[in-house]
Amino acid sequence: MLARVKDIASGFMLVELLKGLKLTGRFLFSRKITVMYPEEKTPASPRMRGLHALRRYPNGEERCIACKLCEAVCPALAITIESEQRDDGTRRTTRYDIDLVKCIFCGLCEESCPVDSIVETRFIEYHGESRGDLLYTKPMLLAIGDKYEDEIAADRAADARFR
Amino acid sequence: MNEYVTQIQGYADQWLGPVWGPQAFSLGRALAMIVTVLVPLLLAVLYYQLVERWVIGWMQVRKGPNRVGYKGILQPIADAIKLLMKEQIVPAGANKGLFLLAPILSVAPALAAWSIVPFAPSWVISNADASVLVLLAMTSLGIYGIIIAGWASNSKYAFLGSMRAAAQMVAYELAMGFAIVGALMAGQSMNLTEIVARQRTDLGFIGWFWIPLFPLFLVHYIAGLAETNRHPFDVAEGESEIVAGFHVEYSGMAFAVFFLAEYANMILISTISPLLFWGGWLSPFDFPAIRGAGPAIAWLAAPSVLWLLAKTAFLMFIFLWIRATFPRYRYDQIMRLGWKVFIPVTLAWIAVVGVAMMEPIAHWPVLAIWFGH
Repeated sequence: MLARVKDIASGFMLVELLKGLKLTGRFLFSRKITVMYPEEKTPASPRMRGLHALRRYPNGEERCIACKLCEAVCPALAITIESEQRDDGTRRTTRYDIDLVKCIFCGLCEESCPVDSIVETRFIEYHGESRGDLLYTKPMLLAIGDKYEDEIAADRAADARFR
Repeated sequence: MNEYVTQIQGYADQWLGPVWGPQAFSLGRALAMIVTVLVPLLLAVLYYQLVERWVIGWMQVRKGPNRVGYKGILQPIADAIKLLMKEQIVPAGANKGLFLLAPILSVAPALAAWSIVPFAPSWVISNADASVLVLLAMTSLGIYGIIIAGWASNSKYAFLGSMRAAAQMVAYELAMGFAIVGALMAGQSMNLTEIVARQRTDLGFIGWFWIPLFPLFLVHYIAGLAETNRHPFDVAEGESEIVAGFHVEYSGMAFAVFFLAEYANMILISTISPLLFWGGWLSPFDFPAIRGAGPAIAWLAAPSVLWLLAKTAFLMFIFLWIRATFPRYRYDQIMRLGWKVFIPVTLAWIAVVGVAMMEPIAHWPVLAIWFGH
């Protein structure tokens, strides 16, 4: 009985509501956690799975040997590879397409690659203005690899202990 | 100031003759007064919307809009331009005439109600004797816009939203009306200017009606939240349940007009509440000691429109604070609160006020502060 009276009284005094207002009132003055994105960025892991790249050896030879493991493992069927024997007798890709519209960025292609050729970089700030723009072909992927090679190598080195 | 007005009146008589001159003058004066009230009001609506996003952002430990202009100060202008540019879509199954009439019906009363709001002793467009009645009538009319919007959209969600809004606004209209009745009784007038004048005592903020009418003050403000379909009573919009309720089919300017009506109503509630319960433009420090303390301090005791604006701004902030804090009421809880709590409480308190105003009791020690004159 007394508990009920107390309950009704505190209901009419808006006690619970004032407690809630106090909480939000305190957060009004607290430090804000917003990251002002283009100017500030959150730290990225070396394992970040962003835009794909095809790497080369330091002597300029492309790593990919057209084993097609990545094409086989890709759960989204985003990778298309065609290959041919080159004049020096090695097997090389003539076509290496990744359709980023299909890609789910699972990283299995990178895991499966025996020569660390296809990798996913930290780079996530890219876009396409039409559907076809996100179909990345072999020269485009090699260009990304060339551009970010230092960063890619550093990330692999940082993570090497765990691989 | 006044000699300029007389001069203009003279010109009007001179150019338009003795019959049309005074008519033209009074029409022009009315239009000028309407513009002086509405332009700041519309700007306030624009910026209230920005402040709302800031305050809610800060309370959620975010920064809120801060990109357009310095610290986001031009954000509402950008939003207004965006809405102006947008296509005005009328759904295929909608009743086109009513669909386009609804936003007008909802914004017109919201703006018309400002005609009787006094900002300082003679700063009022129309100093009607029964101005509180006009206010009640205008706030009740706003519901038609919402019902018609929901019905004319020919959409389930919109219709659900407008049904909810109708039931809710009928329920809270009563409680709000009773709360205002209490203030009318204490103020012994239906004129807002006189109700404020009656709260002037030698005791500053203690002489205002919010102390003897405290439950009515709370009920008036909370019913105001419900009347304007604001959180935590926003079941009419309920974006997580019925998308956006009655205005789900509206786009572009028609949507902006609903938005305008809602915010104008919020500012109206935040202005009426101080007028009825917080002494309007009276100063909270209106004590004889401060009044006679010399010009350096005496301004603190002087009535001023700034006091009213400060009180309004505070209550407007509470609107946002409440929105950032409370989850939405369940529909049956809203009905229970309206019918089974607010109406009995207001009726009981009206009886209490009635007894307190009876002749011998009104002059009892403490009660004499509010009811003794």
